[in-house]
Amino acid sequence: MSKSKSAYSEPGKLGKSEHHIIVVWVDNEAGVLARVVGLFSGRGYNIESLAVAEVDRKKHISRITIVTSGTPSVIEQIKLQLKKLIPVHKVADFKRNDPNILFKELALFKVVSSKKNREKAQKACKKYNSFVLDKSKNSFVIQVTALRREIDKLIETLSPLGLVSTSRTGAVAMTRGSEIFK
Amino acid sequence: MGKLISGAEIVFKVLEHHKVEHIFGYPGGAVLPIYDELKNHKTIKHILARHEQGAGHAAEGYARSSGKPGVLLVTSGPGATNAVTALTDAYMDSVPLVCISGQVPTHLIGTDAFQECDTTGITRPCTKHNWLVKDVNDLAKIMDLAFEVATTGRPGPVLVDIPKDIQFKKTNFVLKSSNKKKLNGKSKLNGKISSNDLDKVINLMKKSSKPIFYTGGGVINSGPDASKSLRELVSLTGFPITSTLQGLGAYPGDDPLFLGMLGMHGTYEANNSMYSCDLMINIGARFDDRITGKVDEFSPKSKKIHIDIDPSSIGKNIKVDLPVVSDVGSFLKALNKRIKEKHKDFLNSNKQNISKWWKDIDKWRQKKSLSFKNSKEVIKPQYAVQRLYELSKNQDTYITTEVGQHQMWAAQHYKFNKPNRWMTSGGLGTMGYGLPAAVGVQIAHPDKLVIDIAGEASVLMTMQEMSTAVQYKLPIKIFILNNQYMGMVRQWQELLHEKNYSESYTAALPDFVKLAQAYGCVGIQATKPDELDEKINEMINTKEPVIFDCRVDPAENCFPMIPSGKPHNQMLLGPEDEKEEVSDEGKTLV
Repeated sequence: MSKSKSAYSEPGKLGKSEHHIIVVWVDNEAGVLARVVGLFSGRGYNIESLAVAEVDRKKHISRITIVTSGTPSVIEQIKLQLKKLIPVHKVADFKRNDPNILFKELALFKVVSSKKNREKAQKACKKYNSFVLDKSKNSFVIQVTALRREIDKLIETLSPLGLVSTSRTGAVAMTRGSEIFK
Repeated sequence: MGKLISGAEIVFKVLEHHKVEHIFGYPGGAVLPIYDELKNHKTIKHILARHEQGAGHAAEGYARSSGKPGVLLVTSGPGATNAVTALTDAYMDSVPLVCISGQVPTHLIGTDAFQECDTTGITRPCTKHNWLVKDVNDLAKIMDLAFEVATTGRPGPVLVDIPKDIQFKKTNFVLKSSNKKKLNGKSKLNGKISSNDLDKVINLMKKSSKPIFYTGGGVINSGPDASKSLRELVSLTGFPITSTLQGLGAYPGDDPLFLGMLGMHGTYEANNSMYSCDLMINIGARFDDRITGKVDEFSPKSKKIHIDIDPSSIGKNIKVDLPVVSDVGSFLKALNKRIKEKHKDFLNSNKQNISKWWKDIDKWRQKKSLSFKNSKEVIKPQYAVQRLYELSKNQDTYITTEVGQHQMWAAQHYKFNKPNRWMTSGGLGTMGYGLPAAVGVQIAHPDKLVIDIAGEASVLMTMQEMSTAVQYKLPIKIFILNNQYMGMVRQWQELLHEKNYSESYTAALPDFVKLAQAYGCVGIQATKPDELDEKINEMINTKEPVIFDCRVDPAENCFPMIPSGKPHNQMLLGPEDEKEEVSDEGKTLV
């Protein structure tokens, strides 16, 4: 045990990090996203992905879905800190492996390659609700919706097959069944 | 159709609606329409600071000593950036401030115009909320909301950024304050306190044989009634009580049940009690790192109750067994009532239950951890604070401080008996806080004795505000414990860096007596212990502002202290204790 006379304490034991999806309903006003994101960066929390759009055009409510990771106490702080922000209405928190929650992420891939490789690529995408949105002589743009890790894997598969550009949305989430989060 | 009025006038209408009597500020181009309007509102007095940071700390001192929100008016660009330190300070210490800043006209925003800066961007992390007003029709509503956000829940600073064209624009003035929109359910705690929570707290108290109250600034922020309820609760239970730096004054400092301040420079008895207790009742404190030390070894055997108005304060640093989200004052009041009505058995047995605990505490007390070796040749800083206390305690005195050793000595040796008498920068630790804060305190309490216990390094950071004090005839007393060093920096360098006093000595200090005269106030100097009383009395009896240059022992260190990385039961009591080796790992943590 070292003898410390520092003015700051030493770090304590860390809990186990978990993946969570945090959903935040906010007033869609100027700067609101900066407040939410600034809270994460300012307090050293993670953002793995972020998806945001207005979901109620009358009340101007936006829904922000953030994939994050942290120890249980950090996740708890994230929720409590978010709830303190003035434009925040409510905050939901789901574990990524929660079976009652649907998670989806949308991705667009541009593949430029030989006909044979393009066919292989298209086949690899098939089980993820794929749509070909654009085609040319030597390329296509394909849309898939899948889980984050499935898209990660797909990127690996498509890379040798001529994947030249990827665009993805970040996960969005919704509960199963008739319940909604209040 | 009512009369159309300008944005600038709307600002004052809302200030009047909230019964604002003083605003602290500094004019500039982007805020001139508001300054132009000032003459039409006689109930509002503007206090001209010499720097926006000074105006901000003055507003903080005003707010903390009066319980009312402090109002700050600054211009765009540098005016706003200069206010950032004060806003951050207020955010850390939960002080309600409403900062109004001018902004360049709307059509110039984003063009890097003269004195433009992204004020709402810069102040977003140091305010509870901020607004850029883009439509004059929103101004009244936003200004009103600003006061509500600043003063409700856990108080804090807010900022309203008003472009110059909005200040000129005219509109109908409507203020629907009866029809307040709830802040998304945040600010209003519905005031319901569950008897279930009360009984859980009381049951833990009943089971405890080593309890302690650990109280903080939340008791002060909850208002004077919260302090009254706290005193009643302590007297009902007979439990020992310790306080954080910010909580001093909520409970009388000279009462036998009070163990003194806890934490890094807290008393031996307070810290050992925190370590050994079996029940910790945290009332409005936040388990700050200056309090907890190493969190893994913090009070290992205790059940912990935490009562706080801010849910995010509970469980942030330390896990607690019973969280209670509530205004401290209302909860304590309900708790006292419940104990008296439903738990008479507890009142009959509690003092017996904890008698052994008090014996332990008395043993720790006998260490006399605040004692120091006095001298006949040189003024010891602790002695100076003790004399200042003795000679000013017969009147209702307000104390502010700067940051450093003198601040800790003030906290240790000045005993506070009432809330709102102690204004110090605890969270942010802002050197230069105390002098302008004293200006604000004296504005709020013109007939009271207001003393800034200062260090010579800190006070030079905002010395220009003496000019403000002289302008408004504010008889503030700047009591400088002058040791020629940045004392706390020097102390750490002595303990951690082999006495390499790198840049912590100020080689060219001003002559503070002449400096006082230059500002048009009174300068007093004391160099010997035997002249101290007479000089302090002279200071107290002077009707003008005073700068008191108290020459103290430059080598004195602040004890006791918890070296960090250590739990509460391993304090250094004095110079004899500090011979330990310091690891490289320890040094990097400073």
